[in-house]
Amino acid sequence: MSFLIDSSIVITSQILFFGFGWLFFMRQLFKDYEVRQYAVQVIFSVTFAFSCTMFELIIFEILGVLNSSSRYFHWKMNLCVILLILIFMVPFYIGYFVVSNIRLLHKQRLPISCLLWLTFMYFFWKLGDPFPILSPKHGILSIEQLISRVGVIGVTLMALLSGFGAVNCPYTYMSYFLRNVTDTDILALERRLLQTMDVIISKKKRMAMARRTMFQRGEVHNKPSGFWGILKSVTTSAPGSEMPDLTLIQQEVDALEELSRQLFLETADLYATKERIEYSKTFKGKYFNFLGYFFSIYCVWKIFMVKFWSQHISFILVGIIIVTSIRGLLITLTKFFYAISSSKSSNVIVLLLAQIMGMYFVSSVLLIRMSMPLEYRTIITEVLGELQFNFYHRWFDVIFLVSALSSILFLYLAHKQAPEKHMAP
Amino acid sequence: MASLDRVKVLVLGDSGVGKSSLVHLLCQNQVLGNPSWTVGCSVDVRVHDYKEGTPEEKTYYIELWDVGGSVGSASSVKSTRAVFYNSVNGIILVHDLTNKKSSQNLYRWSMEALNRDLVLTRVLVTNGDYDREQFADNQMPLLVIGTKLDQIHETKRHEVLTRTAFLAEDFNAEEINLDCTNPRYLAAGSSNAVKISRFFDKVIEKRYFLRDSNQIPGFPDRKRFGGTLKSLHYD
Repeated sequence: MSFLIDSSIVITSQILFFGFGWLFFMRQLFKDYEVRQYAVQVIFSVTFAFSCTMFELIIFEILGVLNSSSRYFHWKMNLCVILLILIFMVPFYIGYFVVSNIRLLHKQRLPISCLLWLTFMYFFWKLGDPFPILSPKHGILSIEQLISRVGVIGVTLMALLSGFGAVNCPYTYMSYFLRNVTDTDILALERRLLQTMDVIISKKKRMAMARRTMFQRGEVHNKPSGFWGILKSVTTSAPGSEMPDLTLIQQEVDALEELSRQLFLETADLYATKERIEYSKTFKGKYFNFLGYFFSIYCVWKIFMVKFWSQHISFILVGIIIVTSIRGLLITLTKFFYAISSSKSSNVIVLLLAQIMGMYFVSSVLLIRMSMPLEYRTIITEVLGELQFNFYHRWFDVIFLVSALSSILFLYLAHKQAPEKHMAP
Repeated sequence: MASLDRVKVLVLGDSGVGKSSLVHLLCQNQVLGNPSWTVGCSVDVRVHDYKEGTPEEKTYYIELWDVGGSVGSASSVKSTRAVFYNSVNGIILVHDLTNKKSSQNLYRWSMEALNRDLVLTRVLVTNGDYDREQFADNQMPLLVIGTKLDQIHETKRHEVLTRTAFLAEDFNAEEINLDCTNPRYLAAGSSNAVKISRFFDKVIEKRYFLRDSNQIPGFPDRKRFGGTLKSLHYD
């Protein structure tokens, strides 16, 4: 009887999470696009729902809510469903949508996507070989095999993102690093941009007029193609040679267009920096600035961390870590999505994001075990089997360090280059 | 080249609707072979005969400014884009017939270009019930073009075309539906070609021949940074 009550509680919360994921998808991610394939939205929401349920079960574990046997059952079930989604459904659909975008292969979508999925499975399986993640007594198709591999990918991802985030967050919010951008800088760049556009326009006018005159004279403009064509056009002079050489002008235009793109991006960058400066003067901005200092100290400390503290981190911190990492992940995913998606690729990208999100959450569960007080670790160990947890922690630390150091290097170089660019007249 | 006068027309719309292909078709009478991302703004020039076939025929250069991006871009990108919206003489709004959102976003695009001082939240709240009076007052010539007509199945065509007719009516503009990969839609003498020609004629007329009666109201150069930004074009 109590099992039924417990199950209904868990299932209700799952439905709530599903609804939240659905709304997030509709309102945030896809607000500028049209949802034509509802399967994508459903998969995303389901992945989100089951991932959140895992965290919920951890909290229940710590608080001692619900019957322990029903908790165990739901853990297992949740895990199975998530693995099913992450290993079978999402990769298959990603392959399917990628192939659908390519016009040529449209007819044989299904068999080709099956082929792609099999390739994915092959590499996924091979992933387990170089890592000491299992004890040899496990069978081939057991949960441990699959989780261990998902865990490796997810932990690597997490460590890369955390390393970069640990460095980037203070860099972005701490006012010490914000370059001073004045309105005159922006105006100067805009003036350059418009001047470049004007030069492009005047050249295009010449080309358009030349084309029209040639068309009216009844000449057909042969684009010199291939090596011999170019050679020929260089050696022989075109009839009516007062006509400007169109290919030369086209090359100049190409170079100028590239310049205009650069100027556009630089101007957008300056506007973004200016907004950040203004934001840093607000109350919210000051708060994040303080957090930035706090987190940078925390991250430095974590890099050189001593084992001493880990046992004593209370489950409140576990809760905070869970909530902030979910929120941080969703925000980062949204920004990323806006930056790179288009109406054609939006489906593929959302599915990729769902995959990353699922793997991220699964590996969070693996890693969170470290932050939990001893008595609560047993359920995770019980459910996930005998994975070599220590390996994951060491692997996380290594990748985190590598990622953080390379981000520091990268940001340092980018920071140094930038002021010189804008000082140039 | 100063002998021919200058006219600037914006081409706006969501990314991926086919603005670059359209501009290429209009200016070079050729299909664009390898469409790719437009970063910033790309310009092309069309040589247009104003009042073709009449004694007052005169040749003009029409600059088509194809502004890339989406309505949901970061505000820094929007601020940068705004520099292209100065002294515009006409706007072509492009939407994808297979994507309803791109048609809806045209309201936001036109607001962004026409009223740069208007707070965008107002438009979002009244999306769909946007301010008709704004467009009734509007003096800027508009043209609505729907692309990817070939991808609409025969059976759905009527429904789609009704929807776009309403859209064009809202903007008080002419509309054209075509496929940018097929030049026959704009073949000389076709009704589409006539509509485009009429649109450009209207733009030129507003720019050069109605000057004394009324300067185009409602589009002052943007006041930024406390001062007016002088027009940087060499007229």
